[in-house]
Amino acid sequence: MTAVTPFAPRQPIADDPLDPGFGVYVHWPFCAAKCPYCDFNSHVRHQPVDQDRFVAAFLKEMETMRRLTGPRTVTSVFMGGGTPSLMRPSTVSAILSGIAGQWHMPDGIEITMEANPSSVEAERFRGYRAAGVNRVSLGVQALNDRDLKFLGRLHDVEDALKAIRLAREIFPRMSFDLIYARPNQTVAEWDAELKQAVSYAVDHLSLYQLTIEEGTPFYGLHKAGKLIVPDGEQSAVLYEATQEITAREGMPAYEVSNHARPGAESRHNLTYWRYGDYVGIGPGAHGRLSTGGAKIATATERHPETWLSRVEENGHGMVDQEVLELSEQADELLLMGLRLTEGVDLARWQALSGHDPDPAREQFLIDHGFLERLGNSRLRCTPAGMLILDAVVADLAC
Amino acid sequence: MAAMSTNSSTPLDHIRNFSIVAHIDHGKSTLADRLIQSTGGLADREMSEQVLDNMEIERERGITIKAQTVRLHYKANDGETYVLNLIDTPGHVDFAYEVSRSLSACEGSLLVVDASQGVEAQTLANVYQAIDNNHELVTVLNKIDLPAAEPERIKDQIEEVIGIDASEAVLISAKTGLGIPDVLEAIVHKLPPPKSEGGEKAPLKALLVDSWYDTYLGVMVLVRIIEGRLSKGQTVRMMGTDAKYTVERVGVLTPKMVAMDSLGPGEIGFITASIKEVADTRVGDTITEDKRPTAKALPGFKPAQPVVFCGLFPVDAADFEDLRSAMGKLRLNDASFSFEMESSAALGFGFRCGFLGLLHLEIIQERLEREFDLDLIATAPSVVYKLFMTDGSERELHNPADMPDVVKISEIHEPWIRATILTPDDYLGGILKLCQDRRGIQIELTYVGTRAMITYDLPLNEVVFDFYDRLKSISKGYASFDYQITDHKEGNLVKMSILVNGEPVDALSMMVHRMAAEKRGREMCEKLKELIPKHMFKIPIQAAIGGNVIARETISALRKDVTAKCYGGDATRKRKLLEKQKAGKKRMRQFGKVEIPQEAFIAALKMGDE
Ligand SMILES: Nc1nc2c(ncn2[C@@H]2O[C@H](COP(=O)(O)OP(=O)(O)OP(=O)(O)O)[C@@H](O)[C@H]2O)c(=O)[nH]1
Ligand SMILES: C[S@@+](CC[C@H](N)C(=O)[O-])C[C@H]1O[C@@H](n2cnc3c(N)ncnc32)[C@H](O)[C@@H]1O
Ligand code: SF4
Ligand SMILES: [Mg+2]
Repeated sequence: MTAVTPFAPRQPIADDPLDPGFGVYVHWPFCAAKCPYCDFNSHVRHQPVDQDRFVAAFLKEMETMRRLTGPRTVTSVFMGGGTPSLMRPSTVSAILSGIAGQWHMPDGIEITMEANPSSVEAERFRGYRAAGVNRVSLGVQALNDRDLKFLGRLHDVEDALKAIRLAREIFPRMSFDLIYARPNQTVAEWDAELKQAVSYAVDHLSLYQLTIEEGTPFYGLHKAGKLIVPDGEQSAVLYEATQEITAREGMPAYEVSNHARPGAESRHNLTYWRYGDYVGIGPGAHGRLSTGGAKIATATERHPETWLSRVEENGHGMVDQEVLELSEQADELLLMGLRLTEGVDLARWQALSGHDPDPAREQFLIDHGFLERLGNSRLRCTPAGMLILDAVVADLAC
Repeated sequence: MAAMSTNSSTPLDHIRNFSIVAHIDHGKSTLADRLIQSTGGLADREMSEQVLDNMEIERERGITIKAQTVRLHYKANDGETYVLNLIDTPGHVDFAYEVSRSLSACEGSLLVVDASQGVEAQTLANVYQAIDNNHELVTVLNKIDLPAAEPERIKDQIEEVIGIDASEAVLISAKTGLGIPDVLEAIVHKLPPPKSEGGEKAPLKALLVDSWYDTYLGVMVLVRIIEGRLSKGQTVRMMGTDAKYTVERVGVLTPKMVAMDSLGPGEIGFITASIKEVADTRVGDTITEDKRPTAKALPGFKPAQPVVFCGLFPVDAADFEDLRSAMGKLRLNDASFSFEMESSAALGFGFRCGFLGLLHLEIIQERLEREFDLDLIATAPSVVYKLFMTDGSERELHNPADMPDVVKISEIHEPWIRATILTPDDYLGGILKLCQDRRGIQIELTYVGTRAMITYDLPLNEVVFDFYDRLKSISKGYASFDYQITDHKEGNLVKMSILVNGEPVDALSMMVHRMAAEKRGREMCEKLKELIPKHMFKIPIQAAIGGNVIARETISALRKDVTAKCYGGDATRKRKLLEKQKAGKKRMRQFGKVEIPQEAFIAALKMGDE
């Protein structure tokens, strides 16, 4: 076996990293069931959700956001959740037209929608495609039934494969998510599962290590010692194996947990990591908007029905609208940007923070092989640094 | 101050001066409440529980730290009105000094014993002190309202253990007020009035019993007049410090301050005299009239010596000056606590402080933190070692970090104590083992019924290190403990250093007995391994004596620390986390490349709690 350097030879990500773009995110906050590991803003409703009312509210909130952003050209749209594939195609269509009504929306931009394999029907997928969706992201999570059950998923492997096949057939681009570093998962098992996943993939995969989030059922189990996840060493080994396999298969990481064939990176998510502007529409959505020289962080009410009535009353569901200090922007730029294999642009960080990285700290991180300079203008993590990114960022940000 | 201008000249036989002494929590302050209340010293609406415990920390912990004096007027059954000066004393061993000086101002003591708990270690210590001071005793059995009270059994116990007649012990409940009239009658009829050889006409001779700082009146001095008269406007001289003052105010505490023109023989009261600092007064000094001095000064007291030292450092280096001024303010009222500047590579600038014991240390630290809003780190407590150097000189060592080169030392001597422990015999085995493990030498072991009384000689060094906590846990809180420092003895002592990533951490070095060094070193390394978070590199932790490593642990390098999922919605959350981390780093101490969180330090220094 030839040694593969996980992401060193990667081509620079397509298009200009200094133009992070302008994305629109729309949050659909409902799921058919709540997964025991999930702390996303997702809710289960036993009555049918009034989708028309939500559409009206989405459109209304877009209007308010448009007033904050001014006229702009959208570079990507992402409908996330929750489970957006519970939306009717007509709902999706109305949302997309709404966006096009507020901002300039050129043809052919990336329009992604998240979908759960349990709620996939060919008919619906065609409907979404017809509405304008050109990329789906499927929540596959695992490729064996035992683990899918453990993760509390409503689908089995057969459903997942069917959804993948359908997505490949109907959408020009597709990705799917897997959760690994599950209890007792061995490197050999994950190795096999991942290779299988790569063979089903088109050009993009999101591979997340299972995170025990506060407030979830898994958190309680974990605390009580009834759920044991791989420790630091084991999960590091799993992570390294992931980097190696995906790199060898031509889908190297371009972000901590995201892998793509060069050129097939998610345009929308790049906007987040390159610290560009994005509008957040819907319950519990966040945004970053540059207006009049300032950067503001927006956040909306999380509870779906409360958000709905707020929008109906005030034209938006925002509960927070904070002007970010330059130093806060510098922190965000760094913590988002270092997630990318392309790293961060030093001049941009310098302009926000008002200084260069502390030379002694930077040198220490470089000497220990956690950080490197790309020429004189960019700073990025090495593969070893990526594994302890949170510590590296904390060290550099001080 | 209430204006009541009188020359106080109560006939001696109408005065009774007494201290209330007992083991901690047996009800001294509560009894004082009842005595004040039933003689009308304070109206009911002015009363609160343990009204004399007026410091915040006393009220919160429910203990007395500072002795308090009150003058009461009591109309006895014989129709006469007596002046009663009571001094409520603290029960805890650290404040034994307060008891001893209170005793020297009085002729008698109320010995309070909890009728359910019986004789405890401080009961013994205080009773023997009272007897040493030639006090008459009135024995009071308190808390007889409790169902567990067994006054008859406790009387027997008092006779057996202490060897005093308890047949006439007064049975009371300081809580309900039951028996209080009997206590007052016993005070008048069983305790002697003060004596005064020279009487009112003699040159002034007064004992300086205590002094404290009052925000309005400045330094106040508590005095007991032995002979002569102390008056407003008089020029007095402190015979020990040879300082002269003009008396500005004379008064008594009822417990409210009441102004007087003068105080006569046998009386207890206060004066103010433009004295700048409490430290200018010497407790035990003799006060006389400058122009007509008394021939012979009183014997005075040995000054209270700090026996436990530790470093106190501000968590935030910027608070150093505030800490200095806060310590200065506390010392205004507590001359038994000492401090001098110290600097530590680990902890920056701070102070080396001396205390009467661990409770005293804890209380001062808490007061500094609360009353002055400071965040402090305390280093491990250390005792005072005597170093005999090869060149024949001798010096004291208050701080292990100052330990000179061992080749220059011929002997190290450490303080020893004589400890008295009383315990239900069920726990005897465990306690003997503890004392033995702490290098103790058994002196005596006797039984009174099912209670054992043990006398041990122990190195103080072994006691400041969690002895009391261990004793409490072994005996489930039933054992009581008292001690006195006896002398210094040579010990096989070494300085143990702790190295983190090869760098010595001065604040963690300690003096230990050679035989215990390895175990302590191992414990410290293990504890630090748990407390210091993983870094990006591996960190060796070592305990060493000189150049000799006696224990080691390694903290492995951080292997994985990265958030798996981070999208647009997570930027705010992650930034806030980062801000917290940054603030946390300000509380970290840097040792070379290693950052040790403040909390880890505090926990490591508290070692031995397990
Ligand atoms: N039941 C009962 N409780 C009492 C009685 N006297 C005091 N106590 C309680 O015992 C506790 C200790 O009382 P204190 O008066 O503070 O005791 P102390 O001897 O002054 O304590 P130190 O000053 O700390 O040595 C308090 O909770 C009192 O309420 C009594 O007669 N009966
Ligand atoms: C916002 S969720 C929505 C996707 C969709 N509802 C689904 O579950 O199929 C996006 C992805 O986050 C990942 N995820 C959610 N919770 C996670 C956790 N606790 N640990 C690791 N990954 C998680 C899952 O892979 C999931 O597909
Ligand atoms: S389906 Fe997706 S969003 Fe919904 S609960 Fe499960 S992981 Fe969370
Ligand atoms: Mg008291």
